[in-house]
Amino acid sequence: MGEASVEHTHGHHMDPVVEYKSSKLGMWLFLGTEILLFGGLFAAYAIFRAKYPEMFFEQHVELNKKLGAVNTCILIFSSLTMAMGVSAIQRGKQKATAILILITILCGLAFGVVKYFEYSAKFHHHIYPDTSIFFSLYFMMTGLHMLHVFIGLAILAVIMVLTLKGKFTAKYNTPVEVGGLYWHLVDLIWIYLFPLLYLIG
Amino acid sequence: MANHTIAHDVYVPFLEKKGILSWILSTDHKRIGIMYLISISFFFLVAGVFALLLRYELLTPTSDFVQPHTYNVFFTLHGSIMVFFFIVPGLAASFGNFLIPLMIGAPDVAFPKLNLGSYWIYLLGTVIVLIALAKPADTGWTFYTPYSATTNTDVVMITLGVFVLGFSSILTGLNFIVTIHKMRAPGMTWHRLPLFIWASYATAVLQLLATPVVGITLLLLIMERTLGVGFFDPAKGGDPILFQNFFWFYSHPAVYIMIIPAMGVISEIIPVFARKPIFGYKAIAYSSLGIAFISFLVWAHHMFTSGISDTAATIFSFLTFLVAIPTAIKVFNWTATLYKGSIHLHSAMLYALAFVFLFTIGGLTGLFLGALASDIHLHDTYFVVAHMHYVMIGGTVMGFFGALHFWFPKWFGKMFNETVAKIAWLFIFIGFNVTFFPQFFLGVQGMPRRYATYPAEFESLMSLSTYGSWILGFGIFIMTINLIAGLINGEKAPQNPYGSLSLEWQVPSPPPLENFEEIPHVTDWTYGYGKKK
Ligand code: HEM
Ligand SMILES: [Cu+2]
Repeated sequence: MGEASVEHTHGHHMDPVVEYKSSKLGMWLFLGTEILLFGGLFAAYAIFRAKYPEMFFEQHVELNKKLGAVNTCILIFSSLTMAMGVSAIQRGKQKATAILILITILCGLAFGVVKYFEYSAKFHHHIYPDTSIFFSLYFMMTGLHMLHVFIGLAILAVIMVLTLKGKFTAKYNTPVEVGGLYWHLVDLIWIYLFPLLYLIG
Repeated sequence: MANHTIAHDVYVPFLEKKGILSWILSTDHKRIGIMYLISISFFFLVAGVFALLLRYELLTPTSDFVQPHTYNVFFTLHGSIMVFFFIVPGLAASFGNFLIPLMIGAPDVAFPKLNLGSYWIYLLGTVIVLIALAKPADTGWTFYTPYSATTNTDVVMITLGVFVLGFSSILTGLNFIVTIHKMRAPGMTWHRLPLFIWASYATAVLQLLATPVVGITLLLLIMERTLGVGFFDPAKGGDPILFQNFFWFYSHPAVYIMIIPAMGVISEIIPVFARKPIFGYKAIAYSSLGIAFISFLVWAHHMFTSGISDTAATIFSFLTFLVAIPTAIKVFNWTATLYKGSIHLHSAMLYALAFVFLFTIGGLTGLFLGALASDIHLHDTYFVVAHMHYVMIGGTVMGFFGALHFWFPKWFGKMFNETVAKIAWLFIFIGFNVTFFPQFFLGVQGMPRRYATYPAEFESLMSLSTYGSWILGFGIFIMTINLIAGLINGEKAPQNPYGSLSLEWQVPSPPPLENFEEIPHVTDWTYGYGKKK
């Protein structure tokens, strides 16, 4: 036998149960670091809000509560379809899973479109990240979150294609589950951002 | 699984396959460890050259070699490369990768592809910083605002590079934590784990918890420079001290990301060459976690002179002293292990002894800086430079060199010349002390750090320090040549030249591709030296 087959054996020693548990632990740890990443921004928010309560109060009214609320609903709904997708694949329903993930992806895209209109409206009113500390926070927090939405969408797209190719079954569906966890995090962070920025300013 | 049968009756060392692709695309933790080792060693030498240039400028009181601006660039590059390219990713990733699976009896890390990905992210980060060299930053490695937000040098690129390196660090830490939790061989309980594993675990926790915070901090700095965000800019209502708080919330724990793996190395080397079971195993193991925990509570001791309140300063000063406890526990246990041991002065052991001695000096001088009253006087003087290098070179780099000499035969299956190794050690040890010991006196006398020129009264101590750097540089040069020579035509290494009991020495040197023919069953802890047989 050639070297290729020797190389091939390498890394195949892991048994599926260990692999499943490892992937889940790994994802939870990663989600922890993501929360810490946003944690810096939350800390900055707390500090500056304490320092400039009037500024936060006056300027938060400029944010479009309606669009924010629409987006909140979209994301919560997408989390639901994602969770349904995970439970579908656990019962081996590949087609249903793919459709549910597709709906999740469409929701994510809709979120992006709404955000696009929101940002353009701000620029139209000459509100930029350097306008004030409050808007610095607004753009940094929602911008970083948007970036996470895009990463989440890319992950979901890959998982959907692999589902369609029949890679996941009732027995093996770790990536779907782990990808779902990531999407829930994206949702969760928004659920904190929305009231902090739009409602209680 | 069908082709599983082959490989097992023939021993295929992991170094067997040749060619660049077999390296850069390999998901084998051993190869990835070596790629890290080569990369960080390269950057250590580059940053070392900047150090020699810095010291050369300081040979005389006037700035006759380079202009002050160039000097600022030099110490920024020296500090940033040493910290972010060498010492933070350094020991953890290179030795961690190579050793963790072997030591716990696993075929690889939990996520081999992610591991390769982390290495490539590391390289990407270094490339970004190299691009920044066209207009190198002059801020120092701490990138303090407001200067870093306004200087017209390329701060964005270098911080972006460091940001990317941070990702690599997070992913490596994550991989190691999962590996240590889920991949231990049967019988390898937590209290049987080698101490290097405990140290790697504590380091990985720190990487995971601290790095995202510096990530967001650097991102904010980048945004200040590109989008005009104003968190750190007083003109916009921002707060420059906020940057320092964020920065040190990471960078103080990062000091322990640098030192804890080296402590793990020392805990492996000492019992082997003292031929005694390690003293106080559990205390050493848990003190790593203790250090990791406390390190998050002390960041503001870097900011006593930045205008924080007296109450805050007092609390942080007190908390800082707490870190001394777990650290002292370790030093005490190493010394107790050495006591009445039958000590073999192998070169690796010499580095370990140098570590214990020099790190103790570094730690004790840290107490002067942790104490409020003396820090006000010593802050930003050469005392800090000396303290920091006693910890970083006297500690981490000695641990790194010790690890190099200790595991060299295992990694490469070759031996190096032991006599030359000892001579190199002597030069390094003497050169190091001649370079940095005078700096304690310089600091106490008030010589500030980060200046290209200095009052003539400091000339004798300053030039002594520069001569020392030449001795040190020469020692590192001999050591490098000796190891490379060993690599090229060293004798073949036996499986277990020092009679170590830990698992990585129970496989051939260099280890086979899949580490263990059969996953071992562990029945005892690793440190029963001098008891059995
Ligand atoms: C190889 C021998 C080394 C020599 C001769 C050396 C020399 C120096 C000198 C002269 C400075 C002062 C620059 C100034 O304040 O103007 C400096 C700063 C620094 N060195 Fe080294 N160094 C060495 C190794 C290292 C290592 C291994 C590290 C590991 C992290 C390191 C980290 C730093 C840092 C972070 C600074 C910045 C200090 C500051 O912010 O002012 N150095 N070094
Ligand atoms: Cu500190």
